[in-house]
Amino acid sequence: MNEKNLKVLAAEIRLETLKVIHSRGFGHVGGSMDLADLMAVLYGEVMKYDPKNPRWEDRDWLVLSKGHAGPVAYATFGLMGFYPMEDAYTLNQPGTKFPSHTDRKLTPGVDLTTGSLGQGTSTATGAALANKIDGRDNHVFCVIGDGEADEGQVWEALHFAYAHKLDNIIYFFDNNGYQLDGPTADILDHGSLAKKAEGFGLYTQEIDGHDVKAIYDAIQNAYAKKGVPSCIVLNTCKGKGATFAEPKHDHSSQPKEDQWQEAIAAAEQALAEIKNA
Amino acid sequence: MNVNLIGKHEKDPRACRDAVALPLKEMMAEDKSIVYVDCDLMGCINTKQLVAAYPDRALQAGIAEGNAAGVCAGLAAAGKKPFLHTFGTFASRRIYDQIYMSAAYADLTVHVLGSDAGVSAAFNGGTHMPLEDAAMYLSIPESTVFDPCDYDQLEGIVRQLPGITKGVTFTRFVRKDVIQVYGEGTDFQIGKGIVLHESENDAATIITSGIMVDEALKAYEALKEEGITVRVIDMFTWKPLDEELVVKAAKETGAIVTAENHNVTCGLGSVVANCLAKNRPTVQEFVGVQDEFGEVGPQSYLMDRFGLRAANIVEAVKKAIARK
Repeated sequence: MNEKNLKVLAAEIRLETLKVIHSRGFGHVGGSMDLADLMAVLYGEVMKYDPKNPRWEDRDWLVLSKGHAGPVAYATFGLMGFYPMEDAYTLNQPGTKFPSHTDRKLTPGVDLTTGSLGQGTSTATGAALANKIDGRDNHVFCVIGDGEADEGQVWEALHFAYAHKLDNIIYFFDNNGYQLDGPTADILDHGSLAKKAEGFGLYTQEIDGHDVKAIYDAIQNAYAKKGVPSCIVLNTCKGKGATFAEPKHDHSSQPKEDQWQEAIAAAEQALAEIKNA
Repeated sequence: MNVNLIGKHEKDPRACRDAVALPLKEMMAEDKSIVYVDCDLMGCINTKQLVAAYPDRALQAGIAEGNAAGVCAGLAAAGKKPFLHTFGTFASRRIYDQIYMSAAYADLTVHVLGSDAGVSAAFNGGTHMPLEDAAMYLSIPESTVFDPCDYDQLEGIVRQLPGITKGVTFTRFVRKDVIQVYGEGTDFQIGKGIVLHESENDAATIITSGIMVDEALKAYEALKEEGITVRVIDMFTWKPLDEELVVKAAKETGAIVTAENHNVTCGLGSVVANCLAKNRPTVQEFVGVQDEFGEVGPQSYLMDRFGLRAANIVEAVKKAIARK
């Protein structure tokens, strides 16, 4: 694991995520940007995949159960060579292969269709079950929003994974503290997501979701744990790295063009600084 | 198409549910990609034997049907052919968004088996009585919807399900006592209605399925006594509908009566009416549950209560003929 390389990749993902959403002018900036560090660790270091054969049977799977984080996946897949990056600059245009919410029928690299919150947690679990039945040496990575965790289906899936001893799936909670109407604590307070996941029997770790080394180490810990599914709570900052979204942790952003230019310039500068560090 | 009609109105000694469990047990031996998922109702359809035979591929999702549907979609994404069973109400209303989005919209095939079709929910009562289950599945693009009438037909469908690889399928069925309509050797072709009676002098056509097939056969006999001959079609596939057969019947008999163990709103009657309106507007009468909720009681009482009897079909046929 080369920490610097992953930090550079995360900065590249942030910049491209902004460009992808800028191509349409508005979208789910907050919940996309805060996942850049996780995506860098997954696609830069941890996951097995083949950009030329996205449905390779022995690949690792990514399921963004918080489907509205589509742009961060499109940025990552583009950078990893699943398609030319420019293709993703058609976000939400008529006929695009890059819709707001991830869609397995449309986008190379997207393993399961998500959007109706909670559902990706179950489909990811089903994929892990199939991989287990077939004895494949691979993993499913499922990313759940903290607001999404309001959905009972999330907990049904965790319950199922525990009962069926699915140790080939890792559930990440993107614990950014905000959902559409405001702070999660004000909407429907969870208390501790980590304690809840632990209570469901999962091997649970809680870490800084912007620390690529901590993410990498937590995944290695999860790999070593046999017989139980894993949960990693990522404490994140919604909108991380987007100058217009980060201060208020906006769920969906409609910045003006000068704000876009400021944000893209800041992301370019952040990338340059990390490269030169 | 070979049809061996028994039609003696006698109960089949076999429990209808075994037409799911027994063929699945054989099919799972041959096709390792079949996975069976249940929601704590294996005991109701004798599928615990699947767990005993295939512990890794027949499993419990517990009383969490929404998750079960999602798990099935995920299984399908990884190359499996998932069969999901629960009671019809849960197999439709309770998991609709999961089936719609995680499976159907995502181009993943899940075979959903909904037991206790319509009034056969009997003693579980109105809370468990699916009278709109098929309606929900009919409105999902690319879906296939079945309402089989007896053991052999249900088995025939179950054996063909793995061959359907586009869209979700929904099979509503009766668990326990059913009247045996067909004898051995009958072909059940998906999407093809089965003509049980026809003549050159048919004054109307009864299009039916499920437990109403036997009532339709009784209605045929009663009408014949009165000198009225009618055509009888078992339309066990509601979608895709055998439009050719419907239009032919409309042309040749000039009046249609549909009879279903389901709400007449958005059920078999509705899909037949859609077909007729598009192709050949024809008078039609609708026998079925008339936009009411279910209630508790023996199936025989409920069939009387909701107008699902041969007498109701006879009356509807006469009304349709009078409207010609």
